[in-house]
Amino acid sequence: MGARKLMLGRTANGLYWMYRYLERAENTARLIATGQRIALTRLHGGDDEWRSILQTAAVLEGYDQRHSELTKASAINWLLRSEDNPSSIYACLMAARQNARMVRTALTGEVWEAVNATYMHCKATLKRRLPERDIPTALASIRQRTALVRGMTHGTMLRNEIFDFARIGTFLERADNTARILDVKYYVLLPSVTAVGSSIDNVQWETILRSVSARGGFMMEYGNSFSASDIANFLLLDNRMPRSLAFCTSKISDNLHYLTANYPISPPSCEQIESIQQTHLRNHISEIFESGLHEFLQEYIALLGALGRQIEIDFRFYE
Amino acid sequence: MTGPINFDEMWGSDGIPRDPYHDFLNWFEQEDPKRLQQKQKESEELFRLTGITFNVYGREEAEERLIPFDIIPRIVSASEWRKVVRGIEQRVRAINAFLHDLYHRQEILRAKRIPESIISNNSAFLPQMIGISPPGNIYTQIVGVDLVRTGHEEFYVLEDNARTPSGVSYMLENRETMLQMFPELFSQIRVQPVQTYPTDLLRSLSDCAPSGLLHEPTVAVLTPGIYNSAYFEHSFLADKMGVELVEMQDLRIIDGRVAMRTIAGYKTIDVLYRRIDDDFLDPLNFRSDSQIGVAGLFDVYRAGRITIANAPGTGIADDKAIYSYIPEIIRFYTGERPLLKNVPTWRCVEKEALAYVLDHLSELVVKEVHGSGGYGMLIGPAATKKELATFAKKLKSRPANFIAQPTLALSTVPILTRTGLSSRHVDLRPFVLVSPKGITVTPGGLTRVALKKKSLVVNSSQGGGTKDTWVLEN
Repeated sequence: MGARKLMLGRTANGLYWMYRYLERAENTARLIATGQRIALTRLHGGDDEWRSILQTAAVLEGYDQRHSELTKASAINWLLRSEDNPSSIYACLMAARQNARMVRTALTGEVWEAVNATYMHCKATLKRRLPERDIPTALASIRQRTALVRGMTHGTMLRNEIFDFARIGTFLERADNTARILDVKYYVLLPSVTAVGSSIDNVQWETILRSVSARGGFMMEYGNSFSASDIANFLLLDNRMPRSLAFCTSKISDNLHYLTANYPISPPSCEQIESIQQTHLRNHISEIFESGLHEFLQEYIALLGALGRQIEIDFRFYE
Repeated sequence: MTGPINFDEMWGSDGIPRDPYHDFLNWFEQEDPKRLQQKQKESEELFRLTGITFNVYGREEAEERLIPFDIIPRIVSASEWRKVVRGIEQRVRAINAFLHDLYHRQEILRAKRIPESIISNNSAFLPQMIGISPPGNIYTQIVGVDLVRTGHEEFYVLEDNARTPSGVSYMLENRETMLQMFPELFSQIRVQPVQTYPTDLLRSLSDCAPSGLLHEPTVAVLTPGIYNSAYFEHSFLADKMGVELVEMQDLRIIDGRVAMRTIAGYKTIDVLYRRIDDDFLDPLNFRSDSQIGVAGLFDVYRAGRITIANAPGTGIADDKAIYSYIPEIIRFYTGERPLLKNVPTWRCVEKEALAYVLDHLSELVVKEVHGSGGYGMLIGPAATKKELATFAKKLKSRPANFIAQPTLALSTVPILTRTGLSSRHVDLRPFVLVSPKGITVTPGGLTRVALKKKSLVVNSSQGGGTKDTWVLEN
C-alpha cells in the first residue's frame, strides 16, 4: 500500500459507529413523526401503534422494563430523549459526538462542527419533556441537522477509507432499519391476508412508506394504486430507492470493495456481502413471498449482523 | 489586596499608553463599543462550535467547559520579546544539560551545588532513566515556560513545565479567532505569526527521531483518551500535524518496536509525543498496578528504537523543590549569568525558611511542591485568618511539601468589561521546541488572565481566562 498513511483500527471503529448513530437518530425521528401522524389522523387504534413503533426501533424490551403501561407521551419521551434508552435520539447524538471527538483527526473541521452543533442543538432542545405541539418542530430540526452532517460529509471529505467506513456504518444501519420496519409490519404485506382496497390496509401501507420517507418516490413509480407486492418490491429490491435493502446492500458492497481494492486476498466480509446480494437480492419479489417474507427478513437481518461482526475483525476495530 | 502599584502593560505606571499598544489603541478608540461587546459574544460561539473545551476535574459529570476568551490582545514589542527568547533558550539548554547529568555522572551533586537529598527523596527522579541518552541528549522536546512580569524589563520565571505542558491549542485558536473577527486589525498592525507552530512541532519531533532510520520518521500523539481534560488539544495537535492520535489500546510491541494497530496491520512508530504521565507509560517498568500502558514500551525506549517526547523522568527538572536551584543550575552548566529571574523562594524544608514563612504567611504565596493547576495553594494576602491558621498547621506537619514565594506585583492588561477597559493580572506561557538542530520559541504564547478584579489566580480551572498574545514585528 506504498507510503500512504494507514488509518487506525480504532478510528475505523469510531467512524463506523459515529455514522451508525447519526443514521439511527434520523430513523428514529422519522419513526416518531410517522407515529404522530397516525395518532393524529385517528384512522388506527391508538397506543398499539406505539408498541409496534417501539418494536421497530428495537427498544420495546427496554421500555417495558421501566414502564408499567404504554402511553403515547411516554413512548415518545423514551424514543426522543430518555437517557435510559441507549437508542433514544438524544443518546444516539451524544454517542455520535463522542465517536466524532475520538476520530476528530479523521474528520474535516466542517463535519466536526456540524456534528458538534447538532449535539448542542439537540441537548438544548431536549433538555426537558417537550409539550406535544413542540414535537414536530423538534423532530424536523433534528432531521435537518443530521442531514447537514451528511451534506458536509459529502461536500468536504476526501473519498478515501475514512469515507468508506462512514458509508458502511450509514448503510448497515439504514438497511437494518428498513428491514426491521418491514418485519414488524410484514403481515400487512402478505397477499393472502390482505383484503385488497380496505382502508385500514391503505393506512398501514402508507405508514410503512412514510417511515422510510418513500411515499413520494413510490407514487412517482406506481401512481396511486398501492399494492402489497409493489410496496415490498420497492423497499426490498428497487436499486434507485435510497433506503431499500438492495440499494443499501450495494452501497456497503461498493465501499467494502473500495477499501480492499489493494488487498492481495479479499477478506471474508467482502465475500459475505457478495453472498447476501447473490442469495437475497437477485430474486423476484414473488419468489420472496413464496418462501416467506418474514423468514426472508429475519435471515437478512441476521446476515447483516454477522457482516458487521466480520467487518470489526477484518479491519481490526479491536485488539 | 494591598501591595505595590503594579505595572500595566497598556498604560504603564503613569497612565500614558505604552508604545506596543499605540496602534491598537488608535483602532480601539474608533470602534463602536457596542460592536466590540457583540464581537466578544461571537467569540464565545466560535469557541463552543470548534469544541475547544476542557473537562473539569473533580466533577461527577464529564462536563466540558469553555475557557473564557477576552478580545483585547496582550501586546509585546519585538525587542522585549528578543530578551525573553534569549532567557528562555538559556534556561532550556541548562535544563537539558542538567537532566543529562542527573541521569549520568551527576557532576552537579558531586560538586555539591545542589543537595543530593533533593534527588534521592524525589519521586520525579526516575532511576530507570539512569544511563539513557536520548537522541541529541534532548530530554525536553516541548517546554512551556510560565513567565510573569512586574515592570518594563522585569520578567520572572514562575515554572518551567518540562513534563507535558498544555495550552498551545489556545495560543493557536485565540489567534484564529482574532483573525476571523478583526481581519482589518491585522492588516494595520504587523503581528508575528504563530500559525507555524504545528509544522515546527512536527519538524522538531522528527529531528529527534532515533538515528539510522531509512524512512521519514512516523510521529504519533499519545492521549489518555477523550475523557482527559486536555483531549481537545491532543486531537487538535495530531490533526494539525497530520499524524495519528493514538491511545494505549492501539499500541503493541512488535519485533522490538512500538507499533500501532491500523486497519491493515501494525505500523511502527518512531517518535511518540505522549500526553500521558510517566507512571502510566509502561506497567512492566513503572507502576505495575496501572491498567493502562504498553508493557515493554520502556524497553524499546532503552534500546533506542523509539523517541518518547518528553523523555520519562523530566519531571525532576520542573519540580517545585528544584525550581529554586535553577539559577545555580544555569551557572553550573552554561557558565553564564541567568538572563531571566527566578522568584525568590523559601524552601520550607529548611528550618530558618519555615520559621520565616510562618511569621510572614499573610504576605506570601505558599505552594505544594508536587501540586499543579493552582490546587492546594495559599495566597496569603487574600486568605482569611482562619484559612491562614489551617494552612499553618498543614505547613508545620509536612514542611518538606511546601515552598513559599513573595506575592509579586504581577503586571496587568485591560480586559473588555461591560463598562469598558478594566485592568486584570496576567501571566504568559511561551511555547518552546527543542531538537538536536536547535531551539524554537514561537513568537506569542498563552496569556492567562484573572477575570476577577485584583485576583492573582489565572488558572483556567479556577476562573481564569485567556487572551491572544501579539509579538510585534519591530
